[in-house]
Amino acid sequence: MMKQEKHGLGMSAKRTISNTIIYIILIIMSIIWLAPFFCIVFQSFRTESTWQVGYVIPQKWGLDNYKALLDSSFVDWYKNTFIIALVVCVLQTIIVLCMSYTLSRFRFKMRNFLMRFMLVLGLFPGILGIIILYRVLADMGLTKSNAVFGLILVYCAASGMGYYISKGFFDTIPMSLDEAARIDGATRLQVFIQMILPLAKPIVIYTILTAFLGPWGDYVFAKFVAFNEPSGMNTAVGLFTWLAPDAIGRKYTMFCAGGVVVAIPVTILFLFLQKYYVEGVTGGAVKG
Amino acid sequence: MGKSEKKKKNSNGLSFVKAFIKGDIFTKLSAPIFGLGCFVRGQIARGVMLLGFEALFIWYMINYGIYWVSMLPSLGLEGPAKEYDSFYDQYVTVYHDNSFKILLYGVLTLFLILAVVYTLMTSVKMSYTAEMKKKNGQKVDKFKDDLKSLVDEKFYKTLLSLPCLGIFLFSFLPIVFMILVAFTNYDGAHDGYITGLFHWVGFDNFKTLFSSNGGTGSYFKIFMSILGWTIVWAILATFTNYILGILVAMMINKKGIRFKKLWRTILVMTIAIPQFISLMYVSKMFDKTGLINGFLLNAGWISAPIDFWGTPLYARILVVVINIWIGIPYMMLIATGILMNIPADLYESARIDGANPFQQFRYITMPYMLFVTAPYLLTSFTGNMNNFGVIYFLTGGGPGNSKATAVGGGVGHTDLLITWLFKLTQGTEASYYMASVIGIVIFVIVSTITLIVYNGLGSNKNEGDFA
Repeated sequence: MMKQEKHGLGMSAKRTISNTIIYIILIIMSIIWLAPFFCIVFQSFRTESTWQVGYVIPQKWGLDNYKALLDSSFVDWYKNTFIIALVVCVLQTIIVLCMSYTLSRFRFKMRNFLMRFMLVLGLFPGILGIIILYRVLADMGLTKSNAVFGLILVYCAASGMGYYISKGFFDTIPMSLDEAARIDGATRLQVFIQMILPLAKPIVIYTILTAFLGPWGDYVFAKFVAFNEPSGMNTAVGLFTWLAPDAIGRKYTMFCAGGVVVAIPVTILFLFLQKYYVEGVTGGAVKG
Repeated sequence: MGKSEKKKKNSNGLSFVKAFIKGDIFTKLSAPIFGLGCFVRGQIARGVMLLGFEALFIWYMINYGIYWVSMLPSLGLEGPAKEYDSFYDQYVTVYHDNSFKILLYGVLTLFLILAVVYTLMTSVKMSYTAEMKKKNGQKVDKFKDDLKSLVDEKFYKTLLSLPCLGIFLFSFLPIVFMILVAFTNYDGAHDGYITGLFHWVGFDNFKTLFSSNGGTGSYFKIFMSILGWTIVWAILATFTNYILGILVAMMINKKGIRFKKLWRTILVMTIAIPQFISLMYVSKMFDKTGLINGFLLNAGWISAPIDFWGTPLYARILVVVINIWIGIPYMMLIATGILMNIPADLYESARIDGANPFQQFRYITMPYMLFVTAPYLLTSFTGNMNNFGVIYFLTGGGPGNSKATAVGGGVGHTDLLITWLFKLTQGTEASYYMASVIGIVIFVIVSTITLIVYNGLGSNKNEGDFA
């Protein structure tokens, strides 16, 4: 032991240098990664001007921008986004879990065909379909000020295609568990709800989290369905209108405040559920 | 595997024919009268459902279906026209056929007919099964048994029905529709109802895309330049993130580095912020009047603001760099888990053989990572080809390409195929048919790449196995 240490003296000096370099890189990276977020927070408190300026720290601090948010369409946008995200989160989680559990556990005639079919379908750009979906939703009266319902429908309907990651997780739970429970007289439904779901808790939480984050940050579909009607927009579409050339001079600091308000709930959610998110992302990547 | 599957299929196809030929008169009549066989054998609920479906279908076809299907070849005969209205004593525009609805409901009706054919076969097969069971003295399944099996042996049917219906209606059908639109002249001026009917035009739109009429501003030239940038972008975006993400993960994982959790959390937190906010904000930071220019001006490093988004080269470099900022945290997360799984003795023996850190990275870490994450690399490559968010929020596709006046959508230098497609669907001059053509082109490219890589992967997996 002692011998080794003596021998490694040169090595350890080298290691100290390389570690120092790494620390410096990591600190610089942390600054680069966090800087924009600090900037947006600082600028949301700036009250001396509403347009873009060349400095970060406000000269006059205040909550004016946040107060102004309350009197703007932002309240509608936020409410829309919240309702959509919440409902989609519940429905999409149920759909995805049903789909992935079935494809993992059952062997039926159409199984391979179904999986290949969804794979091919997934290769088409999703934006393409929205042209027709918009007209169909418009016929049903689910666009513009009723965009919330239309969007919930659009997000949930095809969400079964996102079964891949949770199916990968279900595959890792041994089939022998199912069989044992079935021998004891449990139906498939009981096996699914009472046994598999508790075991799959990490992936269930991951599914919930992603199902919430998706609609929370969606732009393309929301833009189509809202069709320039402010009361039907979500936060992404709404806030983007504030950055248009004719609006940015008056709305820039309000945009910053709005961005902060949008980011806060998901950031808190993330802080608590980070572990599960990481598990889902890594699992999904390795299995493809 | 392939053989046995084929066999199975044959036996399924046979059983309908067999059931029809060998079945008694009721089984045979179950073909024109759905569920008759079920009624005769006491499966009332089944029979009611089958017959009800048939009745509904016939009612639908007579009232609507026949019209939609018969209009499909023409997509509508009578467009909007000015007609004299005696009540108002003036000419008013009267709307007649609706090409959009004809195409939509026509296709839907065709699928319905397929479903009816399938039900017809099921009806005969069901009747035959019940007939055989009666003959052999077995108990015939009652409705209660059917329901019970739906939460047990046939539980998959219960679980899949709703999600599959959703996928069919909201994903599959729109795609079929849009593929068909590529063969029409559906655009802002021919929206099928209010501004005018649209019609089938065969392969004309594809010819337009590949025509070089108009010299440097032709559709083909513009398309090729966008395609070229899309591929360059996808390669740059994928591999910069991939390699840098792995390096960051390795730095954090390195023995002796402290606060591992802190570094990771800082990066992961940036994932939590909705991407549209970070992208919109960063985009404005690099504006002519934005924070970066303001900072550089105040510091006296430049005398006039740099037009980052107005200069093609700067804009292209910036989107790649900002994409690195967005993407590294994801890749770091993925790489962290995998790096820990690399057997430590591989590095140990490499060190004994005198390999330096770079060689270790080159010959151990990278091959291992590539082996494990090849499918991920593929999906992230195709994902980047269709990376709408980064491009749209940062540059909106700009700066504008002054050559691209002949093509629709207002093409810019950082436009990807997907953002071009999106632009083509916007506004009153929207050109839906060109958007559809581009969508099909994207599909062909992405699926070709996927096929090639998957086939390559198949042979790789057998060769070197690390585990």
